[in-house]
Amino acid sequence: MTLKLAIRRLLFLVLVIWAASTIVFFIPRLSNRNALRERFGELARTGGFSPQDLEKIIASMQQQFGLDQPLLHQYWTYLGNIVRMDFGYSLYRYPSTVSELIAQSLPWTIGLLLVTTILSFIIGNLLGAVAAWPRAPRWLRLTATPFILLTGVPPVIMAILLIFFIGFRLKWLPLGGAYSVGIVPTWSWSFALDMLKHQILPALALIFGSVGGWVLSMRGMGITIQGEDYVNFAEHKGLTGGRIFRDYYLRNALLPQITGLALALGTVIGSAIIVEGLFGLPGIGNMLNLAIRANDFPTIYGIVLFITIAVALLMTLVEFIYPLLDPRIKNS
Amino acid sequence: MSTIALPPAETTRIEQPGRAVRVMRYMRRNKGLAIGILILFGLTAFTVIGLMTINPKHAYPLSAALKKPPSWRYPFGTDFFGRDLYAAMVVGMWQTAVIGLLAGGIGTLVGVIFGFISAYFSGKIDASIRTVCQILTPIPVLMIQVVIAGSLDKRDVTILTMAMIVVLLAWMGPTLVIRSQVLTMKERQFVAVAKLSGVSDLGIIFKEIMPCLLPFIAAAFVAQVFAAVFASFYLAVLGLGPLREPLLGNLIWAAQSQGAFFNGWWWWPIIPSVAMILILGSLALINMGLDELANPRVRRTE
Repeated sequence: MTLKLAIRRLLFLVLVIWAASTIVFFIPRLSNRNALRERFGELARTGGFSPQDLEKIIASMQQQFGLDQPLLHQYWTYLGNIVRMDFGYSLYRYPSTVSELIAQSLPWTIGLLLVTTILSFIIGNLLGAVAAWPRAPRWLRLTATPFILLTGVPPVIMAILLIFFIGFRLKWLPLGGAYSVGIVPTWSWSFALDMLKHQILPALALIFGSVGGWVLSMRGMGITIQGEDYVNFAEHKGLTGGRIFRDYYLRNALLPQITGLALALGTVIGSAIIVEGLFGLPGIGNMLNLAIRANDFPTIYGIVLFITIAVALLMTLVEFIYPLLDPRIKNS
Repeated sequence: MSTIALPPAETTRIEQPGRAVRVMRYMRRNKGLAIGILILFGLTAFTVIGLMTINPKHAYPLSAALKKPPSWRYPFGTDFFGRDLYAAMVVGMWQTAVIGLLAGGIGTLVGVIFGFISAYFSGKIDASIRTVCQILTPIPVLMIQVVIAGSLDKRDVTILTMAMIVVLLAWMGPTLVIRSQVLTMKERQFVAVAKLSGVSDLGIIFKEIMPCLLPFIAAAFVAQVFAAVFASFYLAVLGLGPLREPLLGNLIWAAQSQGAFFNGWWWWPIIPSVAMILILGSLALINMGLDELANPRVRRTE
């Protein structure tokens, strides 16, 4: 990758982040909702302080959040804060900042995402490649079909079906939560096992929900690759089927799939977040769920921005890694 | 000079099968499309017959017995808030169709217009439309929709606003598809001939290029409807939908917040899920089928 291209990619990344932050900044300000008033009005209703105090509190909070400044000034400070990954304070859990909350729940989400994305990428691509490989045994080729049929089912619905059949009917695995009720989190094997048990269904839902897409695109890719001259040549050289499959066919078909991985990231993360919320796992998804229920606007916007920036960064990262994997496009 | 005596031409007319037969024959080859259309037809029949026979009031809280499992009286059971889930399914299906068709239609229309402008007039307009699309594409649409839906006053969130929220960030896909198709069409000879014969720009767009693009537009429309149904479903599952309405995602959100599975009310989340699978599955099948119709190159090579 030339320096000029690298700089252009980075500029594009900055542009994407800027566009996302600008949208997230201006949309709430176009609406007539006042987050502070709603939050403190609620507190005032449930008792605690009088309506006169309410106005004072709102005024002082507005000053603290910088909401009394002119809009453009607010925008500049906001952009500066974004660069430092500072998304302000949570309204609902006030003394903590949104970044702190994200940092607390991020490991759960990353763990789930990493495992499910890698597994579904591997399973889906292998099945897809085998499905398009004419020499593979018939039963092996047919294993891909059920996954293709599942393509239209969103992971969230997959999660509900899994909860119903495996959790509710068969009672093999828990219905939700991060660990069993009444267990104190400790560093012990029994606790780790309990936690793992609670992670299986969400992981399965995400894997089943996304394998079909990989199978489909890989099968299409595989069919094109089979017609290529170098596969023909390898066959005429008398290489074994396994060798052709691994080194000539799979390797070449896999490359475009990596670009697909970058493009799918946004959807994958969105699905993971909703599935997490559905299972009540303590990840970013659950945090977003709670924030939406509690009208905790800074947290909602913080999570949205964080995810957007993360997706844009990861996509750019893939674009930088790609030329290392595929020497053909190094110079283009 | 000898003439070869030709035998008198036998007047055998080649029987062209009727249009319906040809459509049926194509459907037999393109099974996915046929099955998808069949399921969608079944769902439409369910909704239309349902709308004519049920009392829509039963789709709203406190209109039926609470928490009853499926029975003869309530074929899909009732929920914690006293909604008859059969009525809720009918109304919810109808609302889902409204959101999907509205958002899908507007999204496709905007996409087609922008795609045409971008490809046909090229130059600076093309560059700016393309740049905007490229910048907006990597942003996870669901996240921005969460911000928009979350910023709205709860009373302002209706079926209509849901459709509008979904459409705001959904026109980039069709724009890019139509743009690339128009770009290849533009270079074809029949367009050049039309231009030389003095056909106006609008004439070329509507009379020459548009008819060739119809399968692509149809495929883009189905894809848009799919995306709109999907997006509105996710927003509703997050609790950002019009909470009073029996939208399928809302039912799941409500079931989940009341701990339906923990309490044993399994039918409450399962029934809307199955309905959603049927809707999305049929749309996905139709979309793949139309792709095959529009794009013979992806026809199966098996």
